[in-house]
Amino acid sequence: MATAAAEQLRESFLTGKTRPAAWREAQLRGVLRMVTEMETAICDALHADLAKPRTESYVQEVKSSCKFALKNLKKWMKPQKVSAGVLTFPSTARIAAEPLGVVLVISAWNYPFLLSVDPVIGAIAAGNAVVLKPSEIASATSTLLAELLPRFVDGSFIKVVEGGVPETTALLEQKWDKIFYTGNGKVGRIVLSLAAKHLTPVVLELGGKCPVVVDSNVDAHVAAKRIAVGKWGCNNGQACVAPDFIITTNSFAPKLVESLEKVLLKFYGKDPLQSPDLSQIVNSNHFNRLSRLMDEEMVSDKVVFGGQRDELQLKISPTLLLDVPLDSAIMKEEIFGPLLPIITADKIHESFALINSMTKPLAAYLFTKDSTLQDQFENGISAGATIINDTSIHLTNLHLPFGGVGESGMGAYHGTFSFEAFSHKKAILARCFIGETKARYPPYTPEKLKIVKGVLKGNLLAMIQAISGCARGA
Amino acid sequence: MAAEVARELRASFAAGRTRPVEWRAAQLRALVRMIEEKEGDISAALHADLAKPHMESYLHEISLAKASCTFALKGMKSWTKPEKVPAAITTFPSTAQIVSEPLGVVLVISAWNYPFLLSIDPVIGAIAAGNAVVLKPSEIAPATSSLFAKLLPEYVDNSCIKVVEGGVEETTALLEQKWDKIFYTGSGTVARVVMAAAAKHLTPVALELGGKCPVIVDSNVDLHVAIKRIAVGGFLKRVIERFYGEDPLQSADLSRIVNSKHFNRLTSLVEEKKVADKIVYGGQTDEKQLKIAPTVLVDVPLDTALMTAEIFGPYLPIITVEKIEESIDFINSKTKPLAAYLFTKNKKLQDDFVANVPAGGMLVNDVALHLANPHLPFGGVGESGMGSYHGKFSFDCFTHKKAVLIRGFGGEATARYPPYTTEKQKILRGLINGSFIALILALLGFPKEKR
Repeated sequence: MATAAAEQLRESFLTGKTRPAAWREAQLRGVLRMVTEMETAICDALHADLAKPRTESYVQEVKSSCKFALKNLKKWMKPQKVSAGVLTFPSTARIAAEPLGVVLVISAWNYPFLLSVDPVIGAIAAGNAVVLKPSEIASATSTLLAELLPRFVDGSFIKVVEGGVPETTALLEQKWDKIFYTGNGKVGRIVLSLAAKHLTPVVLELGGKCPVVVDSNVDAHVAAKRIAVGKWGCNNGQACVAPDFIITTNSFAPKLVESLEKVLLKFYGKDPLQSPDLSQIVNSNHFNRLSRLMDEEMVSDKVVFGGQRDELQLKISPTLLLDVPLDSAIMKEEIFGPLLPIITADKIHESFALINSMTKPLAAYLFTKDSTLQDQFENGISAGATIINDTSIHLTNLHLPFGGVGESGMGAYHGTFSFEAFSHKKAILARCFIGETKARYPPYTPEKLKIVKGVLKGNLLAMIQAISGCARGA
Repeated sequence: MAAEVARELRASFAAGRTRPVEWRAAQLRALVRMIEEKEGDISAALHADLAKPHMESYLHEISLAKASCTFALKGMKSWTKPEKVPAAITTFPSTAQIVSEPLGVVLVISAWNYPFLLSIDPVIGAIAAGNAVVLKPSEIAPATSSLFAKLLPEYVDNSCIKVVEGGVEETTALLEQKWDKIFYTGSGTVARVVMAAAAKHLTPVALELGGKCPVIVDSNVDLHVAIKRIAVGGFLKRVIERFYGEDPLQSADLSRIVNSKHFNRLTSLVEEKKVADKIVYGGQTDEKQLKIAPTVLVDVPLDTALMTAEIFGPYLPIITVEKIEESIDFINSKTKPLAAYLFTKNKKLQDDFVANVPAGGMLVNDVALHLANPHLPFGGVGESGMGSYHGKFSFDCFTHKKAVLIRGFGGEATARYPPYTTEKQKILRGLINGSFIALILALLGFPKEKR
């Protein structure tokens, strides 16, 4: 089935239908219509998969992505003129974007709608044919996408293939012109090694432990709100950019914990397990994983807030832990859930060493009013993105590239970067038949070498000599 | 040894040695000095490895390497400056920028055909971008490899820029280490090995590979000029004689074949009678000197090795078609090449060619020259590679573009926070849509929370 899908798309792509802007715009408008008309169905599927609150469905973000692409498409498709240079005078030089061809998008379960449609928007805008493999773990959304997309876009160029590990493996064995994968590092390695067999370039949007450093000179209430909404307001912590853990000073920790508790009460009430604004844990697999992290010896006694669980509903309440051991599982693995460890240090600068002892995260957050600390953080911590005084919100800015580095991934997308992720930037140099430089051709003589050296040094006389055909020879 | 080298470089990088722009500029200036002071040695090494004529060493390797350094020196200040981008209404007030940070410790594996340029050029990019770098020159060009191993430590900071010589064994050992990027120039077969090794560490790669670069020659061209220009990259009758004389094997202006393995590979391509019969000019060989004369063939059967594998030698097959447009389909039936060339005065054919032939790069009415323009990205697509470099693209190749968003503590929007309500959602949607009214409402604290 994978072979058939790949073959069919390749045939379709070769017809050239995806190349004109008009076709791409029509597909993007189709996606926009789909999101607008089917919003309720989409939110229902997200709720079925994750008990996701409507506000977190990010339907608006998808619409915004489509509109941004529609607005900028013609500009992106226009070749970019560049300087032609003296060596090839006279000539014109430009860089033109061309589609890579037939691409594969493998999506994730935590934002199953957004992380499926957003890369597909980029692939379409860049003029590719695309297969979307939604996550089988978010089955309602997967089924919905398989049903909806063919109704709103051209099914001979944009296909949905559902399935689990066997289907994904079958897809990965085909030859694609690009693979866009969102998920974890373990599977990321498998995707990359299978891509290597066909020399297929990839974008990998992975994860990591996104640290939040909180300085003592901040507005604790605002910081707490922004951390809380970035953590529990993002799929109850099941987000690649959700704050994973906090580092703050010994002296500030009590104030921060107090602020967080106040904010959590306001957000989710006295019984968070009953709040409609908290997503559930996606499945029992992850529920058990998170329980294990919480229940580890030397960790379970560090819970200072929350910790309530409902196995039937797969719900875990926002949970704060204070000073868990650094070698505990909760500090070694990406949490991807509602547990938030707070590590304390004597001086805020100690946080740098801890963060740099871990792999590079998708995002690193710092709350401070100290601009020197800001600069040090920016220069001293490598991450996909760095945000000062907020969390998670950077992905709403379509002018910023969204992607990781090191273990958190390679490549980026959003806005123009989505278009570029699925394009080949082809260099084009055009000359006419004048401007013959005899000095360039064999037989090579010391005279010719002199002229050539002169031209390269920018010597005007040498250039004139070169073009006027001085020096014997062809 | 590989592990030790990687460890040392990682320590140097972690110490922050490569970050300051002054350090990077100092290394690049040292490289310029090295190229200027040792031009003779470099040329001699290239001649030892490939019998490369001095003019070509100068024009194609030495001058381009120097130009690459000076271009980077000139551009570095602006390249390393953060790029401000528009801030979104959703994060108002804020400033947004993209910061270029070095990837860290990178590995450059070079090739044997332009052993000087293809080693130094990526290294220049790695240094400009603030990385520590290991260079593994090709062992098939041993004189140039030894020269690097001897010269680089004399000119640049050895704690951050190292040369590791060796063959398959040493390269494999290097590939087992964890690098922050690997830049490989060479063949598709080895590229797959490089990428598979990189996959274990989630290391991003740039692969500069090859392919069969086609030249389409339309009938409406200034044939004399077209042929000369192709002849600089390939060879044709009259011009070949003018360039190399009656006995090309004796010309000092012709490089030799790099080694006997490639010599045998090439001669076996024309051994078959059905191929040998198609030779219209040239074909002379000298096994002792490892020289093969420029050779032109016409209408070689398409299923022969000569027509399916990348030639990488002095044979130039000419395929004829009824209509010139057929050539585009022919090219597209093969894997995407590193470059595609077209000689024509027909504008429509030019546009057709550019729009419908995927390739790393393209030239109209010339060959190969695009690699001398630092404003054009040089790289392949599909089987011819991934990633690109030259000019600023070299800097970008070894850089992580980090998104940075900076906010203060003002601009709190109640609409953002749970408990979620329909009113809040409305405002948020307005914000995402870019509505100023929504922004004002949000900042004013709408919707007002019920106590």
